[in-house]
Amino acid sequence: MTPFDFVASVALISVAAGVLGSLIGLGGGVVIVPVLTLIYHVDIRLAIGASIVSVIATSSGAAAAYVRERMTNLRAGMFLELATVTGAVSGAYLTTVFPTRVLFLVFGLVLAYSSFTTFRRRHADVPLTVSNDRIANYFNLHGSYYDQAEQQEIPYKVVHTKLGLALMYVAGLVSALLGIGSGALKVPAMDSAMHLPMKVSSATSNFMIGVTAAASATVYFVRGQIDPIIAAPVAIGVLLGATVGARVLGRVASRTVRLVFVVVLVVISLEMLQKGILP
Amino acid sequence: MTDVTGPTGTPQQPASGEPAPQDYRGSGRRRRLSPQEALVMAQKVRRVELAISLVLRIGVVVSVVIIAAGLVVMLAHHADYLAIRGPVSYETLTSTSTPFPHSFATLWHSIAQGEGQGIILLGVLTLILTPVLRVAVGVLSFVYEKDTPMALVTLLVLALLVGSFFLAGA
Repeated sequence: MTPFDFVASVALISVAAGVLGSLIGLGGGVVIVPVLTLIYHVDIRLAIGASIVSVIATSSGAAAAYVRERMTNLRAGMFLELATVTGAVSGAYLTTVFPTRVLFLVFGLVLAYSSFTTFRRRHADVPLTVSNDRIANYFNLHGSYYDQAEQQEIPYKVVHTKLGLALMYVAGLVSALLGIGSGALKVPAMDSAMHLPMKVSSATSNFMIGVTAAASATVYFVRGQIDPIIAAPVAIGVLLGATVGARVLGRVASRTVRLVFVVVLVVISLEMLQKGILP
Repeated sequence: MTDVTGPTGTPQQPASGEPAPQDYRGSGRRRRLSPQEALVMAQKVRRVELAISLVLRIGVVVSVVIIAAGLVVMLAHHADYLAIRGPVSYETLTSTSTPFPHSFATLWHSIAQGEGQGIILLGVLTLILTPVLRVAVGVLSFVYEKDTPMALVTLLVLALLVGSFFLAGA
């Protein structure tokens, strides 16, 4: 396979990664890392560098549309970024402290549990109308969005901001330590813990993962993990895909988004458990 | 994790029961706004949303253009890369021993030499800076909305991001 074939085929796969990543708020890394390591036999360190690039590309590419369409909860997103960026910055300097195997094992279990709580909410996904959460009220993190599928404005209230902040910290920490999975915890944190609607959780997670990834991206660049010939097709492909994916989220039903998210989350958690058990 | 309301806090939002049409995405103020003020606020919030969306769009378009230009330069310099079938394998470019810039000094040098990979990395760095720029615009937006608590939170995020860039020591 010549460099041209590589660039062209990786760009095509990245388009698919961008569509999926922007739809469920996970970033493209879920697809990019396994494809690069298993099909192209690229070193895991370079694959993780490409994954960070794909996360930023998905985030910025889709968020431009989500913010304009008022799908993103800007206030909640920017507020929670405080916790996730702190996590990412601390994680980038803790890489040597924790054994990666244990991390994969613990995080695999956490994600398995998250996919269960997210799945369980499939029938009870009704937005809250009251909130006693002091932080959410003070910063006014509540919001409202127009659901294209249901063709109506849906107002919602936010609860459990403290739990949300804690989970966001862990999400940032883990994404810096393992290079993957920042959105995988962000969506359940907002959907299951803070009771944001599923589509808003996905769009807001999508908005935030770019900032989380940017906080550790420079470290990856300095460590020489961002290979230009991999990063170029990934960035261009994912950006194209994310632009397309951002048009889809508004139209599909919340339930569909939730089910796709749960399936992908189960796959990620199995993948992580496998890396923890059989390195 | 999924129970409905938290035990903490007191219900301090008089507006929560009756969502007035212009009130849907309320202000950051802790007192209730008059309908006039709420309308002005809603317009401000909308302008902020459009500004943030525009910043992201510009960042994305600029980085795609730079990355694509870098790819073209790279392929133009190495005609043998372009073949569909040929002796050159991509693996020589994706192994851990492949040389490519990973500090700002080597990156500038590479760009000055007109190397495609340097140009691509410049585009990737533009892409990485886009969310940071978006946070900076967020700070300005909350100042514009006169929402001091949120402006401070966003400013702290920006400080952490800028700090992470310097800590990386590129």
